[in-house]
Amino acid sequence: MEIPYTTTARPDTGLWNAKIGIWLFLASEVMLFGGLFSAYIFLRLDAAPGHWPRGLLNVPVGTMNTAILIASSVTVVLAWAALKMRQFSKYKFYMGITILCGIVFLVVKLAYEWPIKFHHFGAKITPAALEKYEPYLGNAHLREGGYEPRVEISGHLENPEALHDESIREYHIKLDAANAEPLNPDNDRPRFWPAPMSDKIAHVSKDDVQLASMYVPKHSTFFATYFTITGLHGLHVLGGVIVFIYLWLPVSARLYKRNPEQLANRVEVAGLFWHFVDLVWIFVFPLFYLL
Amino acid sequence: MSLKGFHIVFITVTTLLALSLGVWCLAVNRGAGAPGYLTGAIFCFAAAAGLLTYGVWFYRKMKRLRLIT
Repeated sequence: MEIPYTTTARPDTGLWNAKIGIWLFLASEVMLFGGLFSAYIFLRLDAAPGHWPRGLLNVPVGTMNTAILIASSVTVVLAWAALKMRQFSKYKFYMGITILCGIVFLVVKLAYEWPIKFHHFGAKITPAALEKYEPYLGNAHLREGGYEPRVEISGHLENPEALHDESIREYHIKLDAANAEPLNPDNDRPRFWPAPMSDKIAHVSKDDVQLASMYVPKHSTFFATYFTITGLHGLHVLGGVIVFIYLWLPVSARLYKRNPEQLANRVEVAGLFWHFVDLVWIFVFPLFYLL
Repeated sequence: MSLKGFHIVFITVTTLLALSLGVWCLAVNRGAGAPGYLTGAIFCFAAAAGLLTYGVWFYRKMKRLRLIT
């Protein structure tokens, strides 16, 4: 028995099966990501001054990843248009580029952006000890400029064993530029191009630290929401790439010979999903990287 | 909505993002005088212009191919 409306639209709805299916799925996805974005916004609005990290993400790398995803949206549409024009080799070419873009995005995220954070350390100073660490925080200078105070000393942890060994009473931190030169006006705001780490090492007593952690979800609400949303988004990118690889493999050539319109419809549905995933990133990028 | 319709919406949103990012870079540059942001603003406005041009080209192509009726 042949399933009806796989390639032609149902007369009463004007839609074929997979299209109505993907839009119902995307509606549920809007609710999923909408809930997470709402949570992020409310958590951020309610954060105490100085307790919402800013400028910790690499803006040029985020911009590059945004451009990669936008390019992949263009190529997936061109792949679909090529199928509609019955140009199979062009379809393979554009789909190949789409797959490549998706893989590059994931590699940048998983092999560069995330691991850097796993090796970056931050120690939040207790309110009573803020004055003691003023040379690294520069809060008097920030107050004058009307900026939020700094409550964290961050950089590379030179003695990582201090995280687990209770007998070690100090963290030795190779400082980030903002803590090495807290009075430098360039460090008052998040930088577009990340500043290189200094050679200065600060010795921070564990008694003065409220919370010490690598830049992992435990570090702050910011990183908890960052890893949740970008992780979920990354899984969606991975899912899209897997589907695209399937539609690019020889199985697509067989389907193309048998029923080219059915292949075009499959690509259209996968392309709709891909556009949604890219649209989510268009919101993730300014929210996490810029604002 | 079809893929081509969603694509036009996507390009519109992306163009708006590039424009607002450019304005944000200009505002930061005026406030802090950081030259990196001015370069960023120029890059963003160029990207917005490129996306707009692409959007118009795409719409015309789809019309010509009768993929948009």
